[in-house]
Amino acid sequence: MRQEIRLAGFGGQGIILAGYVLGKAATLYDGKEAVLTQSYGPEARGGTCAAELVISDQPIGYPLVTQPDFVVCMSQESFNKYGSAIVAGAKAIVDADLVEVPGSSAWLHQIPATRLAQELGNRIVANMVMLGFVCAVTQVASRAALEEALRTTVRPRVVELNLRAFAQGFEHAVAGA
Amino acid sequence: MSGEIYVQAHPVDHLVRADRLPHIWCPGCGLGSATACFASAMVDSGLPLDKQVVVSGIGCTGRVAGYLNVDSFHTTHGRAIPFAIGLKLANPELQVTVFSGDGDMFAIGGNHFLHAARRNVDLNVVCINNFNYGMTGGQFGPTTPLGARTTTTPHGNAEPPFNLVHVASSLGAVFVARWTVLHIRQLHRSMLRALDKRGFRFIEVLAPCPVGFGKSNDIGEGLDEMWFYRRQCVIDPETDLAQATIEMKHDSRIVLGDFVDIERPVFRPSGWEE
Amino acid sequence: MIAAAERRVLAGRHFMNGDTACAEGALAAGCRFFAGYPITPSTEIAERLAERLPRLGGCFVQMEDELGSMAAILGASWAGAKAMTATSGPGFTLMMENFGLGLMTETPCVIVNVQRGGPSTGLPTLVGQADVMQAKWGSHGDYEPIAYAPASPQEMFDLLIAAFNAAERYRMPVLVMADEVVGHMTEGVTIPPAEELHLVGRKRPPAGANGWLPYAADGDLVPPMPLAGEGHHIHVTGLTHDERGYPATDAVVQDQLVRRISQKVQVHAAEIISLEELLTHDAETIVVSYGCTARSARQAVLAARERGVKAGLLRLITLWPFPGERMRELADGSRRFVVAEMNLGQMAREVERHTRAPAVWVTHAGGAMIPPTAILRAIMEAAT
Repeated sequence: MRQEIRLAGFGGQGIILAGYVLGKAATLYDGKEAVLTQSYGPEARGGTCAAELVISDQPIGYPLVTQPDFVVCMSQESFNKYGSAIVAGAKAIVDADLVEVPGSSAWLHQIPATRLAQELGNRIVANMVMLGFVCAVTQVASRAALEEALRTTVRPRVVELNLRAFAQGFEHAVAGA
Repeated sequence: MSGEIYVQAHPVDHLVRADRLPHIWCPGCGLGSATACFASAMVDSGLPLDKQVVVSGIGCTGRVAGYLNVDSFHTTHGRAIPFAIGLKLANPELQVTVFSGDGDMFAIGGNHFLHAARRNVDLNVVCINNFNYGMTGGQFGPTTPLGARTTTTPHGNAEPPFNLVHVASSLGAVFVARWTVLHIRQLHRSMLRALDKRGFRFIEVLAPCPVGFGKSNDIGEGLDEMWFYRRQCVIDPETDLAQATIEMKHDSRIVLGDFVDIERPVFRPSGWEE
Repeated sequence: MIAAAERRVLAGRHFMNGDTACAEGALAAGCRFFAGYPITPSTEIAERLAERLPRLGGCFVQMEDELGSMAAILGASWAGAKAMTATSGPGFTLMMENFGLGLMTETPCVIVNVQRGGPSTGLPTLVGQADVMQAKWGSHGDYEPIAYAPASPQEMFDLLIAAFNAAERYRMPVLVMADEVVGHMTEGVTIPPAEELHLVGRKRPPAGANGWLPYAADGDLVPPMPLAGEGHHIHVTGLTHDERGYPATDAVVQDQLVRRISQKVQVHAAEIISLEELLTHDAETIVVSYGCTARSARQAVLAARERGVKAGLLRLITLWPFPGERMRELADGSRRFVVAEMNLGQMAREVERHTRAPAVWVTHAGGAMIPPTAILRAIMEAAT
C-alpha cells in the first residue's frame, strides 16, 4: 500500500528533520520503502517549507506526493497553501495553537505541539511532539522504529529530550482517542 | 679567422626531444633561447628531472612542453594553470612549471592566473611575452602595447595592455621577475631562484616575435629586437612595479629585475594535514 | 594524516540523499581528488566531499569555474589519483572543452551532471533531462562516450563505482547523467562492505618499464597509462598524436587515433551497457525511459498490466553507448515503443533510429517530473 504524507510549516521548525526521521524509521527499522523529497528554493529559508514522504511496502516508482493521505501543518501559512489539497479520505493534522481551521470534523486532528514542547522546556522539539502524534494517528511507521530513527539521527545530548517530546505527542493522541 | 666549430654535444641535449626537431618556431623567435635557458635551469636546480613536470597551454609557447624531455603536458587554451594545480595537489612531490604565452595565460586563461596567485598554489609560472598571438598570425592580445599594429588592430591597438609583473605582484605572487631572452644569464639565475622557492612564482620573459609583432611595429627582425632590448632595458629590482609598463617604443624604457621575493603560506586545500 | 575513525566505505543501510550517496559512491570507488564549482542542484556532492575527502587523505579543491575544475581533475588523474567533478547544466557546458581533452588524451576521471532545466540558466532548482545528447555530442569532434543514468539514490552510489571502474578500465572520462529529482530525493541506500566492492584500477605499464609510450594500445585498444613523476618522460597533448604522444598533423594518424578512441568503447559495448528490463519478454508495448522518469514509467507499466495491457519497461542504466542491438532485437515489427523522457525527444530519435519505426514520444521540457498517468495514457494509446 502506498501512503503519502506531507509535513509542512515554516523554516526553522524542524519540518525536514521530522520528515527525515519518519522516512528513516520506515526504511531502516520497519522494512518498508520510503522516499523523502522537500520543497527546494528560496521558500525553504524562513517561508513555508514542506517535507514530503511516500511510504510503501512495494518499491516506489513515482517519488513525489500528489494526493497526500495525511497533511501535517505547523503554521497557518502552510495550511493555507496545502489545506486545499486535502481530499476526501485524507486527514489533516495541525498544531492547534498555530493553525486555525474553519469548523471541525472527523478528518481533522489537532495537538498543541508547540505549547507541549514549551512545557517540556524547549519549543524546538515541537516537531518531535508532532511526530509522536502523527505516529499514533497515522500508523505509517511504528513507534519503535521512529524512536530508533530518532536515537540514531539527533545529537546524543538531545536524544532524551526528543524522545520525551515524541512520547508526549504519542500519548496525547492515545489520551484524546 | 679560426676554422668552423663543430659542437658534438650541448649540456642540455638530454632535455630536448631530439626526435621532435626541427621545431615549429620562426627564424628570430625568442622561444628557443627561453626554452634552452629553462632546460639548463632545470638541470642546475639539482631537482630530480623525473619529478619535474612542464605544463603548457596553447600557442607558440604552448609548444615548449612538447620539446622538453620531461613529463610534459600540452593542454587546452588557457587551462595550463588549473591542469597543473591538479597535478601538483594530487602528487605534491612534483615540481610543476607552467610555461605558456601572454595570450594563453592572461586573456583566455586570465581568471585561472588570478586565482592561482591569490591562493599561492605551489607552481612555477613562466610567461613568454611577445606582445601578440603569434601562432594565429599576429593578432593583438592582452599585452600588446597601446597603438601597436597587428592584423586585428590595423588602425593601431586601442586597448591599454596588462603590466604582468604588476598584476602578479598585486595578487600576492611570492616571486616576481621580468627579463628578456637577451638577458639570458640573469634569466637563468632568476629561474633557479624560482625553482628553489615554494608558492606561486612568476617570471615574465620578453621575447621577439618578428613575424607577428616586430616587423609591423618599427622594431624589425629578431636580432633588431635583441638590440632594442639592449638599448631600452634597465635593471632595477627596486622599481615601482605600477610604473613598470612596457610601451615597446624607441624612446621608452623597459624595467627588468627580480622584483618580488617574499614568503606567504603556500596553498593547502582545506582540511589537509601535512 | 588520516583520521583513524573515518571510514572510507560507510557499509550498512542508510536513508540517504541522492547527492550524498553519489559522494559516498565516489569515496567507496577510491576517489582521491575532487575539483568543482558550486552549482545547484549538484552542490551537496561537493559539500559532502569537502567534509569527507580530506579526512580520508584525499584532496578537495573548489576552483574558480568549471573550466578550471575539469582541467584540474585531468591533471590529478595524470598524477595517479582517481579524480572527479560534479556539476549541472551550465557548468557541464563549460566542461565540454576539457572533456574533449580528457577523451583525446585518454585520461580516466568521472564527471557527474545533476541535470536541471535548460537551456542556459533555465530552472536551477528544478529537474531536467535535456543534456543527454550533449553527453554524446557536446564536445567538438568524434568520440564515443560512456554515460550512466541513475534512477535512485542507491544507483547514485552504485553507478559512481561503475563509472570510476569504466573510467579506469577504458582510460577515459566517464559521465554520470543524474537529475535533480534523483539528486535531491532521500531513499534507502545499502552500502556493501569495502571487501565486497569490485574496484578496477587503470592498466599500468609493466614494473621497471622505462620510456613507456603513453599511446601504444594493447589488443583491447586501451593503452596502459604511465604517470607523471615515474621517469617515463611522457608527452601528453590534445593535438592529434602518435603512439609516442607526439603531435602529428596527419590525416592517417588522425583517423587511426579517433577511430581507436571510439572503438575502444564500441568493442566493449556488451560489457559496458547496462539495462533493466521489466516484463519485456511478452510485452507488446515497451516503454523506454531512464533516470527519474523511469520511475514514473515503471509505475505506468505496472498500471497498464493491471488493465490487461501487455506493457514492459526498458530502462537505460547506461545511456551511452546506446543499446542499439537490444533495440533491434526487441523491434520485431509488431512491438510498439513509447519513449518517456524529460526533454523534447532526444533519446526518442535514437530509439526510432534503431527500431526503424516511429515511437510514441512522451516528452516534457523539464521543471516537473512526467507523471505516471501521462505515460500510461501513451501506453494505452499505443496499444489500441
